[in-house]
Amino acid sequence: MSTETTTKEILRGGQFLVKETNCEDVFTPEDFSEEQKMMRDSVIEFNDREIVANRDRFEAKDYALTEEVMTKAGEMGFLGVAVPEAYGGLGMGFISTMIVCEYISSGSGSFSTAFGAHTGIGTMPITLYGTEAQKQKYVPKLATGEWFGAYCLTEPGAGSDANSGKTTATLSEDGKSYKINGQKMWISNAGFCKVFIVFARIEKDKNITGFIVENDPSNGITLGEEEHKLGIRASSTRQVFFNDTVVPVENMLSERGNGFKIAMNALNIGRIKLAAACLDSQRRITTNSLRYATERKQFKTAIVDFGAIKSKLAEMATSLYAGESASYRAAKNIEDRIAMRMAAGNSHQEAELKGVEEYAIECSILKVAVSEDVQNCSDEGIQIFGGMGFSEETPMEAAWRDARIARIYEGTNEINRMLSVGLLIKKAMKGHVDLLGPATAVGNELMDIPSFDTPDYSELFAEEKEMIAKLKKVFLMVAGSAVQKYGPALDEHQMLLLAASNILIEIYMAESAILRTEKNVKRFGEAAQKEQISMSKLYLYNAVDIIIKNGKEAIVSMAEGDEQRMMLMGLKRFTKYANQPNVVELRNTIAEKLKAENKYCF
Amino acid sequence: MKILVCLSNVPDTTSKINFTDGDTKFDTNGVQFVINPNDEFGLTRAMWFKEKQGATVHVATVGEASTEPTIRKALAIGADEAIRVNAVPTDGYFVAEQLAEIVKNGEYDLVIAGRESIDYNGGMVPGILASLSGMNFVNTCISLEIEGNNATAVREIDGGKEKISTTLPLVIGGQKGLVAESDLRIPNMRGIMMARQKKLNVVEPISASKATDDVKFEKPASKGQVKLVDADNIDELINLLHNEAKVI
Ligand SMILES: Cc1cc2nc3c(=O)[nH]c(=O)nc-3n(C[C@H](O)[C@H](O)[C@H](O)COP(=O)(O)OP(=O)(O)OC[C@H]3O[C@@H](n4cnc5c(N)ncnc54)[C@H](O)[C@@H]3O)c2cc1C
Repeated sequence: MSTETTTKEILRGGQFLVKETNCEDVFTPEDFSEEQKMMRDSVIEFNDREIVANRDRFEAKDYALTEEVMTKAGEMGFLGVAVPEAYGGLGMGFISTMIVCEYISSGSGSFSTAFGAHTGIGTMPITLYGTEAQKQKYVPKLATGEWFGAYCLTEPGAGSDANSGKTTATLSEDGKSYKINGQKMWISNAGFCKVFIVFARIEKDKNITGFIVENDPSNGITLGEEEHKLGIRASSTRQVFFNDTVVPVENMLSERGNGFKIAMNALNIGRIKLAAACLDSQRRITTNSLRYATERKQFKTAIVDFGAIKSKLAEMATSLYAGESASYRAAKNIEDRIAMRMAAGNSHQEAELKGVEEYAIECSILKVAVSEDVQNCSDEGIQIFGGMGFSEETPMEAAWRDARIARIYEGTNEINRMLSVGLLIKKAMKGHVDLLGPATAVGNELMDIPSFDTPDYSELFAEEKEMIAKLKKVFLMVAGSAVQKYGPALDEHQMLLLAASNILIEIYMAESAILRTEKNVKRFGEAAQKEQISMSKLYLYNAVDIIIKNGKEAIVSMAEGDEQRMMLMGLKRFTKYANQPNVVELRNTIAEKLKAENKYCF
Repeated sequence: MKILVCLSNVPDTTSKINFTDGDTKFDTNGVQFVINPNDEFGLTRAMWFKEKQGATVHVATVGEASTEPTIRKALAIGADEAIRVNAVPTDGYFVAEQLAEIVKNGEYDLVIAGRESIDYNGGMVPGILASLSGMNFVNTCISLEIEGNNATAVREIDGGKEKISTTLPLVIGGQKGLVAESDLRIPNMRGIMMARQKKLNVVEPISASKATDDVKFEKPASKGQVKLVDADNIDELINLLHNEAKVI
């Protein structure tokens, strides 16, 4: 099922930066259909009953429980949501897939990882790149949870540099099979999976090749011991050794040398789903912290009434609100793009692949932003719980430990930051996103004398929307001059790329929050959206500060003298509020609502 | 066997209760509605009859269109068909009359209602419905077996249980015990998708007499300051209860 698709032109990936988005064109969590809400409620009930209720066992490294709950999730149909009906799945749209992923992931990071590894990188390479025979053979069993999948890319010597793996695949003399030899590391679900997606190099190929390998100990496959980890303790993570493992040639995925591409595309989907997976965790952490703060009294006062605690709760809710807004905005873009390609005659496989690839920039942005938000949120959660937050008795410390992995896997946040800007520049080179025109325009604007008129900001978000437009100019100014200055050598200027990426991320998140609220104000009225308006303003306020800091850093690192002065002036002009928001008031408004509702209620 | 499960659409137990219109109406703002828990135990038992004894299961609700998510949930759990009587459920008698019409037209062998709804806790509907439909009736039913035309039901009574044998057609007022809490079903994804294709018939209410009117709702007075008395200090406790609270 896919949510209603408009016939309007769909924004391409990365274009948010140079084109204005109308609030009517963004999808928001308030747009979930009745059926999607029912799915969400089902998943929440399942999570409460099977995962949250068993938290202690997950923390005690009960790997068997992870497998058991995964099997139950299979019976409920949660593992097959994204799988086409022709292969035993439910063929639901991308939004529905995101909803299931979001709400099933918050009970325990252990389960969340097992679920993500199986449904994403464990299954998707076959649904997206498999031959008909491969799909018929493997996908129905993966979709129902009869078999579980794992993804073997990382090796001791090949982590972020994933294409550098040493695992080899050697064709047999009769040409009927490959022999795989090598060592894979950090393989999620290794302990209970039946199917491995393995990447190996054939001869001296530049790129690796993907294979489907059935887990069979009698075929030279052995597992290392379970890794003992900071968090996600009941997620099975083991090394996998292949010793002359024989794989029939028909188990090659896609073509020889296409493995790196498969690996990267599987990760694109994995990244946006990882963002979704962090959202409901943030929601539970925020609600748990709020409830604790309401009950805990010090100095004869419930600590929720202290400004210090209100501030934390308001910020936790705000980052979550922005995360939800951006995740579902991008998810709908992907869903629409898939629908558009299918309408144009693409196979589902092709459409999904291209649909997600189109928004690889947004997927990276979301992965970084939301994984860091959930970390900060759990950190503040511990702080609100005080000493109890540090104790294993409360769910905070596990949430904090579990959140930590999200910044490492599916491409580290450093890699994803650089990727987001790198991909954008690549798109500009290909002509998919016109950065040059707008960047030149910003350059010219810098030379002009700024207007001293005071614009009319009386309409809701008038100033905020103008601010977003100005922040986009900051990015264009910084990235434009970086490309001009360093050309292809820009890759070597990582600190500059990271700064540019931080600017890009904040723009996307802040704009998404504002668009969501603007759309909802039109439907539900301004009074009903008072706190959402406050959150959108607060998010933007914080974003502006981050952008000032990163903008300065970038400018000073690459420009000198007059040019530097001019760009710094531009930065100042593009980040200037006519009316400084009163953040204390904004935070208070948000916190009071949270307190009244006793849960994250947006 | 043809079963009708009567579903009431009630606020989730964690809802904040407020009133509007000069305390004459329940404030539904921000309230999450669910299947009445007593009805859900009955629905789950009905699913058992469907799966083990080949029963057909319909569900019926008296309510406006806003109750449809609750009805769809029942379809997603496995009910075959649903009926919604398009009316505000004003009081127990009104609801029972509407349901009696459904029962009459549907020729049901077994009608499972909840002992009471957890919103207004009237507890009248199953009894009135049985009477209007001329069916046997077992209230506060915690176990139900059907064999052919015979039913064996267990009731909860003060301090014990009562086993009853009766015949179909039968109305029960069910509750927890019909199935265990852990038997309650979460709609699975396929069920949710199938629910879309199942029939949800909307029928207009028959003219029926509303026998009562809500005049005013009141919340319990909020708790005042409490005094904590040390467990060893019985005399002080008795003194306070006698002289200050004047309850003993
Ligand atoms: C619990 C867990 C589960 C995992 N599950 C799986 C799985 O199922 N399948 C699988 O294939 N892999 C899995 N991984 C591996 C994971 O994807 C890698 O750990 C990750 O890609 C980082 O690789 P690495 O650990 O070798 O770190 P490294 O690549 O050595 O990185 C170390 C640090 O250097 C930085 N760095 C590296 N290269 C660059 C660069 N070019 N520029 C700037 N900074 C750089 C990184 O950002 C990082 O901060 C898992 C890992 C963990 C911990």
